[in-house]
Amino acid sequence: MKLIEQKKFETDMKNLIVSPAPHAHSGDSVRKNMLLVIACLLPALAVSLIAFGWGALITTAISIVACVATEWLIAKFVLKQRPTICDCSAVLTGLLLAFNLPSALPWWIVVIGAVVAIAVGKMTFGGLGQNPFNPALVGRVFLLISFPVQMTTWPRPLGFETSYVDAATGATPLATLKQIVKGGDTGLIDQLPDLWDSFTGMIGGSLGEVSAIALLIGGIVLIACRVITWHIPVSILGTVALFAACTAPAGMCCGEYVAYSLLAGGMMLGAFFMATDYVTSPMTGWAKIIFGIGIGLIVMVIRTWGAYPEGMSFAILIMNATVPLLNKIRPRRFGEVVKK
Amino acid sequence: MNKGLKTLTNGILTENPTFGLVLGMCPTLATTTSAVNGMSMGLATMFVLICSNVVISMLKNLIPDKVRIPAFIVVIATFVTMVQLAMQAYVPFIYAKLGLFIPLIVVNCIVLGRAEAFAAKNSVGLSALDGLGMGLGFTLSLTVIGAIRELLGTGCVFGAHIFPENYGALIFVLAPGAFICLAYVMALVHKLMKNN
Amino acid sequence: MAKLESTFKNMALSLTCITLVAAAALGGVYMLTAQKIATQAEEAKNAAKVAVLNGVEDGVAIETEADGFGGKIKLMVGFAQDGTILGYEVLEQQETPGLGTHIVEWFKNAGKPGQNIIGRQATGAFSVSKDGGDVDAITAATISSRAFLKAINSAYAEFMKQQGVDVSTGATMVNTDAASGATQPCVEHKDGCCEHQCNHECHKEGCCKEEMEATK
Repeated sequence: MKLIEQKKFETDMKNLIVSPAPHAHSGDSVRKNMLLVIACLLPALAVSLIAFGWGALITTAISIVACVATEWLIAKFVLKQRPTICDCSAVLTGLLLAFNLPSALPWWIVVIGAVVAIAVGKMTFGGLGQNPFNPALVGRVFLLISFPVQMTTWPRPLGFETSYVDAATGATPLATLKQIVKGGDTGLIDQLPDLWDSFTGMIGGSLGEVSAIALLIGGIVLIACRVITWHIPVSILGTVALFAACTAPAGMCCGEYVAYSLLAGGMMLGAFFMATDYVTSPMTGWAKIIFGIGIGLIVMVIRTWGAYPEGMSFAILIMNATVPLLNKIRPRRFGEVVKK
Repeated sequence: MNKGLKTLTNGILTENPTFGLVLGMCPTLATTTSAVNGMSMGLATMFVLICSNVVISMLKNLIPDKVRIPAFIVVIATFVTMVQLAMQAYVPFIYAKLGLFIPLIVVNCIVLGRAEAFAAKNSVGLSALDGLGMGLGFTLSLTVIGAIRELLGTGCVFGAHIFPENYGALIFVLAPGAFICLAYVMALVHKLMKNN
Repeated sequence: MAKLESTFKNMALSLTCITLVAAAALGGVYMLTAQKIATQAEEAKNAAKVAVLNGVEDGVAIETEADGFGGKIKLMVGFAQDGTILGYEVLEQQETPGLGTHIVEWFKNAGKPGQNIIGRQATGAFSVSKDGGDVDAITAATISSRAFLKAINSAYAEFMKQQGVDVSTGATMVNTDAASGATQPCVEHKDGCCEHQCNHECHKEGCCKEEMEATK
C-alpha cells in the first residue's frame, strides 16, 4: 500500500507547490514497519516453541532463510536489480509462511513453499508492492494442494497429553468441528479441546496459528502503533462471529461455537497479520470493511460446507483478487465545490 | 519453395498457436496432465488441422461466402468425429483419458481460425503445409507443457521416473498447475524470441 | 474458377452436398470401427471380470457405481458364494490424481490389513474408520474412500438380491434401495457403534471414540 499510495501521492504532488529543501523526514520506512510486524509475531513464535518444541523454530528458520535467499538470487540474477532483502519483507514472508505450516513438515517441503512464495507470489509480479496476492499464502496454498498428506499431519502440542506414546499426531479442533457441523456427529463435542487451551495455544494446528492470545497481543500492538488499522481484523472477526452465531450446530451452544470459530485455525493470524498486508489489502476504510466481511463470509462458507476444514488462506487469497476493484472506493476529496 | 518453408515454420515458431497466437487454451490447460496426453491431443488436432485445411482449400470456391462458417464447421466436425472413432477403436487407453476433449477439437479456435484465415485464401499445397506447421507447433507446445507438468507433479517424463513420486508437487497435475506452468513457459518463450 | 455467388440456390446446394459427403464419410468410418470398438469394450469388461473373480469358478461379478469426489466411480466387484470379496477392479473414475486415484490399488493391499478388503466377508456395511467403520481410508482422500466403500456395499446388496437371500441375515437393512445403487444400510456393530450415513435415530452418542481419536 505504501508504494501505491506514494505513487498516487507523487502525481497529486505535481498539482501542489512544494517548498525547497530542507524537509523533515518522519523516519518511517518499509524496513521499520516490517521489523515492527516481525516483533509483534514473536510472542506467537514463543508459544509455538513451548507447544511444539524445537521443530517449530527449525521450520521457521528454514523458511526465513529460503525466502531471503530466493529473493536475493532472483533480484541479483534474474531481474538484475540491487537486491532488496534489506527491507526485511522477505524475512516477514518467511516468518508468516512458517506460521502457516505444521511444525514437523519435512525441510524440503518448507523450502519449496518458500521458493514458490517469493518467486511465484512476489518476484514474478515485480517484487514488493506489485504482488496482487499475499506471497506467504501463495506458498502455503501451493503446498496444501501439492502435499496434502504432509500438510495435514498435525503434531500434537507437548502439553496435550500426559503420555505421548503413540500420539505424535492428532486432529485439529477445526477438523473435529467440521465433523460436528457437516457430519452432524454431536458425540464428538466433548472431544473438542478446552476453550482455554484453544486460547493459549495448546492445540493442534499450524505452528504459528495456535495461540490466539499471543496473536491478539501482537495484533493490538500493531493497531496501537498505527501499523495497521482496526477495520480489517474487526470486520473479519465480526462477520465470522455473526455467521457462527446463526449456524451453530445442534448440541452446541451458540457462544461456544462462536468462540471455537474465532479461536481455532488461522483466524487470528489471518485477521491481524495476513489480511492486513499493505500490498494486498484495500486502502480506504469502507473498502477495508467490505474486504473483511468478504473474507469472513468465504472462510465460514468453506468451513461449513467446503471440502477443507479450514478456509482462511483461500478466503484471503480470493479477496486479494478483489482489491483493485475495492480500491475504486476513494475517500472524498476535500475542497471540492459542493454541487447544489 | 521458400514460401512453403516459411509457411511451415510460421506455425512452429513465430505464430505458434499456444505461445504466439494464444489460441486453443482450453485443451492446452486441460489435457496436458502428462507428456503423452499433451502429445496425443496435439497429434489429434494436427490431423484435423491438415485434413480440414486441405478440404476447405479445395472447396473454397464452391462455398458461398455467406455460408462459409457452417460449411467449415461441418468439414471440421467430420474429421474430428473420424479421429474420435479411430482413437476409440485403436487406442482406447488414450481415448479414455482425453475423452471429452476430442469432440471439443471442433470448437478449438485454432482449427476454425486457420480455415478462415489461411485455407480459405491459399492453395491446397500451402494450406496443407500451414496445417502441418500449426499442428506441429501445437503438438510441440502441448508436449512441452505436459512434460513439465508431469515431471514436477509426479517425477516422471513420458512415464519414465526421474525422481521418486513422493517428491512431486501434486498441484502441477491439477488445474492450478496448468495455469502456472503455461504462464511461465509462455513468458520464457517470449523472452527467448525477443532476444533473437 | 470464380467463387460461387451467395445466392439461395448456391448456398443450399453447397451445404447439402458438403453435409451429404460428410455423412457418407462418417458412416464409412463408423462401419469400419464399430466392430472394433464393441470388441474393445467387451474385452475390457471380460478382463475385469476375470481379474475380480480371481480364479474362483462359481463367483459372481457385479458392476456398481457411486458418486466420488470428481465424478462417478464405476467398479466391478467379485463375490464368492459365501459373500467373501474375491477382488475388485475400477472401471471408471475421475478422482484427483495422486489422491483419490489410489482407490485403484489401495483397498487390495494385502500387506495392510487395515485397508485391504479382499478376502473379507462383505457385510454391506463397510465404512471408513473416520466414520466408525473398520476400513482405513486413503490418506487425504476420505470422500473418494467413502464413495468407494459405498459402491462396494451396494454391490453386496445387489449380490444378496441375486442370491435370493434375505438381506437382513448379514445386516439390518434400513431403507434398502439396491436398484438405484443408493443403499444406505444402518448397522449396529458389536461394540455399540453405528454407521455414519444412517438415519439419526439409530445413532448412539459417544461411539467409536478410539477410532475418532486415532484419525484426524
